[in-house]
Amino acid sequence: MRALVAMSGGVDSSVAAALMIEAGYDVVGVTLKQWVGAGGAMPTAGCCTVSDAEDARRVAAQLDVPYYVLDYVDEFTEAVVEPFGASYLAGFTPNPCIECNRKVRFSALLDRTNELDADVLVTGHHARVKSDGDGWHLLRAVDGTKDQSYVLHMLGQPELSRIRLPIGEMAKTEVRRRAADMGLRTAAKPDSQDICFVGSGDYRDFLSENFPETALPGPVVDTAGVVLGEHDGVTGFTIGQRRGLGIAVGEARYVVDIDPAERTIVVGDYGDLLVDGCTVSDVSFTSGSPPADAAVTVKVRYRSDAVRATVQPSGDEWEVAFEEPHPAPAPGQAAVFYDGDRVLGGGTITGVVRS
Amino acid sequence: MLYLDHAATTPLRPDVRDAMAPYIGERFGNPSGIHTTAQQARNAVEEAREQIAASIGASRPLEIVFTGGGTEADNLAVLGASRPGDGAIVTTAVEHAAVLESARFAERSGRAVTILPVDRWGRVSPEDVAAAVDDGTAIVSVMMANNETGVCQPVDEITRRVREVGSRTLVHTDAVQAFASLPVEVRDSGPDLISVSAHKIGGPQGVGFLFVRDGIELEPVIHGGGQELGRRSGTHNVAAIVGLAEAVKASVADRDRYRTQVGSARDRFEYDLRSRTNIEVTAGDAPRLASHTHVRFPGIAAETLLVRLDLAGVAAAAGAACHSGAIETSHVLDAMGVEPVAASESVRFSFGRDDDESTGAAAARIVSNVVEDLS
Repeated sequence: MRALVAMSGGVDSSVAAALMIEAGYDVVGVTLKQWVGAGGAMPTAGCCTVSDAEDARRVAAQLDVPYYVLDYVDEFTEAVVEPFGASYLAGFTPNPCIECNRKVRFSALLDRTNELDADVLVTGHHARVKSDGDGWHLLRAVDGTKDQSYVLHMLGQPELSRIRLPIGEMAKTEVRRRAADMGLRTAAKPDSQDICFVGSGDYRDFLSENFPETALPGPVVDTAGVVLGEHDGVTGFTIGQRRGLGIAVGEARYVVDIDPAERTIVVGDYGDLLVDGCTVSDVSFTSGSPPADAAVTVKVRYRSDAVRATVQPSGDEWEVAFEEPHPAPAPGQAAVFYDGDRVLGGGTITGVVRS
Repeated sequence: MLYLDHAATTPLRPDVRDAMAPYIGERFGNPSGIHTTAQQARNAVEEAREQIAASIGASRPLEIVFTGGGTEADNLAVLGASRPGDGAIVTTAVEHAAVLESARFAERSGRAVTILPVDRWGRVSPEDVAAAVDDGTAIVSVMMANNETGVCQPVDEITRRVREVGSRTLVHTDAVQAFASLPVEVRDSGPDLISVSAHKIGGPQGVGFLFVRDGIELEPVIHGGGQELGRRSGTHNVAAIVGLAEAVKASVADRDRYRTQVGSARDRFEYDLRSRTNIEVTAGDAPRLASHTHVRFPGIAAETLLVRLDLAGVAAAAGAACHSGAIETSHVLDAMGVEPVAASESVRFSFGRDDDESTGAAAARIVSNVVEDLS
């Protein structure tokens, strides 16, 4: 059995490769070249850089497995970077990692797995894939603090059956300890926090450079429409954001709405932020069909807990009704449905529902 | 492993390794010194220079300038011959990046640069070259044979035509790929500047030379302590230079056998592949080096094929490798008018001195099996 391991140059995918070797697979390491700077060179700062690719290459050499850099720049630009800018222009807060997983890693690269004569695709994600008599399941990682099942919610049975996520079974400290035991150069490498194509800089700088329209100023208003100040581009804001509003008022204020057409940021108090539900598009289910029980838990941003809700279809979309009023999620982020540790599915938030 | 990437680099010849050994051992001297240790090294460098001059028919050993490889030799030729504000550069769209990027650098520094188009075989027409040259042209640079396709340029005719129109114009040729199989001989009617690299002919990496016809003064690219009569500063890499000379000697002596035997490997490979699978050989009907074949496999991405071939034990190449190892689109194929999709389905196989017909047959078996699996 041959395993294609997507190696980013970080510790998780390094250890994932080593674990697959231990499990008896013939491992082939690959790094996706996803983004190039001016002149076509890979970026030299931030994630997905030349030095990351070199780390991956060196780890593969140490593990004595073949290693290749595969060119996904065109696919990545089209499927991730361009929609990233367009989404901000529409007043959304996109999650590019999800789009990359949906359209590049677990589609274009997964399709490549067979062509490259491999049986499974392996990544260093913190999540688990399990099978039983009912098919393949996507589960939260053992290490809840590192769980990445949220960004994998779009995977269905055809994908899950060909994906292995060995890191999801381990605590992060255990991953680092294994890397250190094996003497892997990535053992102590810091976790990547950045959006890979933005690098270590501010994503707003990236947007204003690549999508200049995102940097146009506009008013900041309260829920009654009173102008409180001016902002320098709606892309600096996300729904629920509290700090950095650039206005001086007594009580805590939150971004409660963004109107991209008028380039208006609406702020209000915590009560204005609470909503009863949200609408979700492009919904898919890991099992291939909706859950029998509409009562689920829902996670509406990467770093927040799942909350009780019911989900039901509503036209082309799905509607999520929170059991308790919930701070407004940001359109563009994913709503991911869980049954305990199991990911049921999810989609992209398109708007909020206030009753 | 069937290594079919000799256009990228070649294994060191055993006799070259033996010749180099003393200079990475007890004969460690810096040639620029007074004492005996230095003089031993100096003698080795000058002996290498004489050896190379004799091998290519240069009348004076000092016409050989040692460089850190073919790229540096190309830089020295293109930049050294065209001082800022003094003389235009004429070259072709299919040159190695060492020439093209040097020309673009010169252009940014204010020199006029003409990059000539090529036909569908990747050949520039001597008429076009002549038409682009006038008395203000400092240098014309046209490669002997292309590194990606192996297609040969009519360098002798181009040189003759340039001499008719540009009395002061120097002619440079990059002979890096061609040296192993084509005669590279200094003649009055031939080019004034010739670049050669050691590692394409069984020598070590990181060393080469530029033939500079007697009487031509080049502006140096690398400045410093004045080695190589000021034309290339920096302490000599003595072992590499000794290896270069040995590789040049061996390659020239072996050239006729090489062309015949390596050509039979390549021809058998193409013949067997054609009989088993659907391929298109790029510029297959143009004069080509015996070692190279550039093949399109319609419907199969070169990147996928190269990975699969590597896993199956065949080392081949596509385009030009960039720093990360991913494949870049070839400017050569683009200049030849090859459609991007065809370019992205094309792979270069380049045979080497130990290959023969049986190598070609074995390679064709593996390649056709992988292609069948991918089809």
